[in-house]
Amino acid sequence: MTAVTDLSGAHAVYDVDRVRKDFPILGREIHGRPLVYLDSANSAQKPQVVIDAEADLYAHHYANVARAVHTLGSEATNAFEAARDTVAAFLNAPSRDEVVFTKNISEALNLLAYSFSNASTFPGAERFRLGPGDEIVVTEMEHHSNLVPWQLLAQRTGATFRWIPLDDEGRLVSAAIDEVINERTKVVSFVYQSNALGTINPVARLVARAREVGAISIVDAAQAAPHLPLDVQEIGADFVAFTGHKLYGPTGVGVLWGRYDLLAAMPPFLGGGEMIETVDMTGTTYAAPPHRFEAGTPAIAQVVALATAVEWVQGVGLDAIHAHEVALLEHALEVLPTVEGLHIVGPTTAVDRGATISFTLDGVHPHDVAQLLDERGIAVRAGHHCARPVCVRYGVAATTRASFAAYTTLGEIDALVAGLREVGEMFR
Amino acid sequence: MSMPSPQLESMYQEVILDHYKHPHHKGLQDDFDAEVHHVNPTCGDEVTLRVRVRDGAVAEVSYDGQGCSISQASTSVMTELVTGRQVTDALGLQEEFLALMQGRGQVEPDEESLEDAVVFAGVAKYPARVKCALLGWMAWKDATARAVAGEGNPV
Repeated sequence: MTAVTDLSGAHAVYDVDRVRKDFPILGREIHGRPLVYLDSANSAQKPQVVIDAEADLYAHHYANVARAVHTLGSEATNAFEAARDTVAAFLNAPSRDEVVFTKNISEALNLLAYSFSNASTFPGAERFRLGPGDEIVVTEMEHHSNLVPWQLLAQRTGATFRWIPLDDEGRLVSAAIDEVINERTKVVSFVYQSNALGTINPVARLVARAREVGAISIVDAAQAAPHLPLDVQEIGADFVAFTGHKLYGPTGVGVLWGRYDLLAAMPPFLGGGEMIETVDMTGTTYAAPPHRFEAGTPAIAQVVALATAVEWVQGVGLDAIHAHEVALLEHALEVLPTVEGLHIVGPTTAVDRGATISFTLDGVHPHDVAQLLDERGIAVRAGHHCARPVCVRYGVAATTRASFAAYTTLGEIDALVAGLREVGEMFR
Repeated sequence: MSMPSPQLESMYQEVILDHYKHPHHKGLQDDFDAEVHHVNPTCGDEVTLRVRVRDGAVAEVSYDGQGCSISQASTSVMTELVTGRQVTDALGLQEEFLALMQGRGQVEPDEESLEDAVVFAGVAKYPARVKCALLGWMAWKDATARAVAGEGNPV
């Protein structure tokens, strides 16, 4: 048993073997070797309870939600709305009506960007309007999903797109924050934990600065949600978004949390069924949040299974998972640099850093590294990780990335290191 | 080193590593009819390739590039195969290699015609890597078409 003692807590012992038993896929062999799955930042594996929750809804309670009066429709609706309660509690949201289900975080962020452009002609939505002279701020480490929607919004509105630059270690240039976020800034959207570098950003400072200048603040918590407690009241931002599949939940479902007064004033993005109050050929009025932002039949079974994933995480305990991942991270940061020619791209200490590590290996392209590791049963990601500006900033075409989760073991990190040594030798 | 699995044994054969470490015809030559620059956006692989055509034959291919071993070795192997051939024959080889790469591992490679290029047969099973193996071949086809068009001799 690989048990990790939580040094920050009292005597919490984390039983990773027990956690692993919840994930049927971890029993698989790849090319004759036990699977070592180090690609959870890309998408996490699913515990059996999540797989069962989705199947159970289809097998016993399935019908469309919010419109059917029959028993199955009521059961499905109740399960769907109970999932909203679970997610609201997980986020410590003041109201369940602040939780909007989307198909993923990309849709959540696009929803905001398009609602903001619709505000140009929407009565009462003045505070979301942007135009020439206004500025939209992101960081240089954004995933493309929190970068391209804002570039597009700037293009549509004539606003200026700006970003907070990165320093050599993979952190935001602290001195630039107060200059880039200024009185012209209308929107500040930034990543909580970088998917490409592992960096955890100074969320409180960024949110406070946005508030100081009267800008709307948006937190991309896709990588943070599986690892750090997400208390939206403590974070203090206007919007927080995450995706289900990285949180051990199903694909096809994401979450946008927003302050109710903002959601209530914000114009819709997608029009369609269930987002209306009344429809007339000469005009339509819209439903209150969250339904205003949930046009069409949602991912019913997936939303229900996401709630199960949240409960699974709460059952293991986010604090316990976090402590386990910190131990994994510290071990990895110690052993990875012992591989000849390996260079970490991103912070090299465990301070303000998540358990996702990008690196290069001299003389070996990341796609070759990943393919040869796969031969040894080890799954890692190679490429620009949908954050190409990060690669450009550090002068590399691509990196290899290993990311850890609740089910990762110290032994798997050692297997990675052994695999990397073999790959390095092949190319020398 | 431990034995590679059978599935991947064909992917990183010694020929590939040899061509990657010691590429043939790498280094751009000054005498050329057409030059192209091709990239593989998913990997960041890139190649700049020059072609000289004389009397309907591929007189010289030179290139510079960077990327994974599959893209760079495949380009190196390609230059060996097409140089000195009639353009029409070389285009036939390109078609054959393309069919092999797009065959999802179901196409049996013909060693007689493809020679060293058969070592890339294993790549066809990995959709994400097929573009790597094709990068140099597609660049060569593009450059050759331009070179031939410049001569006014339709292929």
